[in-house]
Amino acid sequence: MSRSRYTPKLIILEIFLLIVALIYLSPFYFVVVNSFKPFGEIVENAASFPEVWNFQNYIKAWDMVSFPVVFMNSVIVTTFSIAGMVLMGSMTAWRLVRRNHPMMHVIFVLFVSAMVIPFQSVMIPMVKVANVFGLMNSRIGVIFIYFGFGMPLTVFLLHGYIKSIPHELEDSAYIDGCTITQTFFRIVMPLLQTMIITVIILQTLWIWNDFLLPLLVLYKESIKTIPLGIFGFFGQYLNRWDWALSTLIMGMVPIIIFFLFLQKYIIKGITAGSVKA
Amino acid sequence: MSDLNKKKKKSKAYRMRLFREDLLFLGPGLLFFTVIVLVSFLIGIYFSFTEWNGVNKDAVWIGLENYRTIFQGDKQAVTSAVFTIKFTLASVLLSNLIAFTIALALILPMKTANSMRTVFFLPNVIGGIILGFVWRFIFVNSFTSLGELTGLPFFQLPWLGSPETGFWGSVIVFVWQRTGYLMVIYIASLLTINEELIEAAKIDGATGLQMLFRITIPLTVPAFTVCLFLVLSWTMKMFDVIFSLTSGGPFGSTETFAMNIYYEAFQYNNYGLGSAKAVLFFIVVGLVSTSQVLITKRWEVES
Repeated sequence: MSRSRYTPKLIILEIFLLIVALIYLSPFYFVVVNSFKPFGEIVENAASFPEVWNFQNYIKAWDMVSFPVVFMNSVIVTTFSIAGMVLMGSMTAWRLVRRNHPMMHVIFVLFVSAMVIPFQSVMIPMVKVANVFGLMNSRIGVIFIYFGFGMPLTVFLLHGYIKSIPHELEDSAYIDGCTITQTFFRIVMPLLQTMIITVIILQTLWIWNDFLLPLLVLYKESIKTIPLGIFGFFGQYLNRWDWALSTLIMGMVPIIIFFLFLQKYIIKGITAGSVKA
Repeated sequence: MSDLNKKKKKSKAYRMRLFREDLLFLGPGLLFFTVIVLVSFLIGIYFSFTEWNGVNKDAVWIGLENYRTIFQGDKQAVTSAVFTIKFTLASVLLSNLIAFTIALALILPMKTANSMRTVFFLPNVIGGIILGFVWRFIFVNSFTSLGELTGLPFFQLPWLGSPETGFWGSVIVFVWQRTGYLMVIYIASLLTINEELIEAAKIDGATGLQMLFRITIPLTVPAFTVCLFLVLSWTMKMFDVIFSLTSGGPFGSTETFAMNIYYEAFQYNNYGLGSAKAVLFFIVVGLVSTSQVLITKRWEVES
């Protein structure tokens, strides 16, 4: 069908768009080719291919930012933050929808209104609160903080979704003698799968790339995440682009792989998430 | 008598059970949310009326002094507010315009449409800190080389070296980063338009432009609402991309208001003053985003 509709106009448009797409990709081209050059060559000409493809910069940068460490920290923080958010968020959202009590509406409105609060408006006292509760400078601490900030959107998305699923299934589970926890984990959670995937994707893109929150909370080198590691590196070697560019590439590759593999879900999740929000 | 007692007991037990369930299901989520977000928010309002350097034990109550300082003597706060507003306006216009145009083109039956969607979306998955550094390299090093190669004056501008190039540099990076996200939303919305409507309009002799303004755009208003909301919340709160791209320079000319709050509190240790800025920031962001949603919701109903 699509081939038969190709007109000369459409071909010209497609070629034009392809050029735009290439321009879109060009920043990656510059970063990649220059990351293989020694410093002098970058300064001389930052547009050409390297004379020799040399992995020296990567070997150096790998150690300088302790890539395995920051990578693992990012994985740990992102995974556990999201696991907790999804679990607590769906429990909260389900209770808010199914329990018939005026307080439920109040709580829901509280969550939704909090979505308007910019992070920068609470970060100063948040550091103080985190200090009091011993959440500073620890991975568990930052995960707990993400629980708090992630709850509004998670509850909001799941709340809307739960309202759309019928409760007869849950009722019959009660009649069959299931407890409320059994009903929730065996019956409700599986039904929420679609929206949970959306939540996971939106929150992964946020937490994996988040910078300001960990900057305020994590100081110790051994617990820094990828964005912090890269930022720290640039603070030390501001214009050593030969090492810096390979650091940037290493920082980008994991999330790009994640994207390319899960592209279909990510695009779907973003559309679903934004229509609701 | 004993029957009545039993009933009472049962209902009490029932209420206790409900309460235990509430505690189990609502408790954990509500606890983290309250302690981290709500309590912080309220403490922040209190801080904004105090003077506190973060080291001293106690914050000293000074009433509205911080707010007076911001409105009367804080030039950098004003500069950063103006920059944020200009940046927001330029970005909202450009990113939506470009994203909508690309979306219109990419719903046509082209072989490479899907791969192009991937390309345009790609920058969205990468962190702002990384992208800011990437573009610092592009503007400073690659543009210089391209200028030498092509002789185009565009590449020979002092990119990021003057307030103007710093501003437009920031806008370029933002638009580059976020168009793909908006494009995805516009495409989803465009694909829901009934093809028969378009066919009917064609038969009635409508030109392409007429169809665009009479059919396509009115039917995609919901998507515009969403995209406007997203871009506003991204740009008003802009921090990390510009933090690594220009660090607010040259001379604080590209400092966003969010960066100004950060510097006030965590670099100059004026926690009270920073909190006052944070409260003002919340009020403005809250007002803008709620009124935007209300206004565009009304458009939706009308069209």
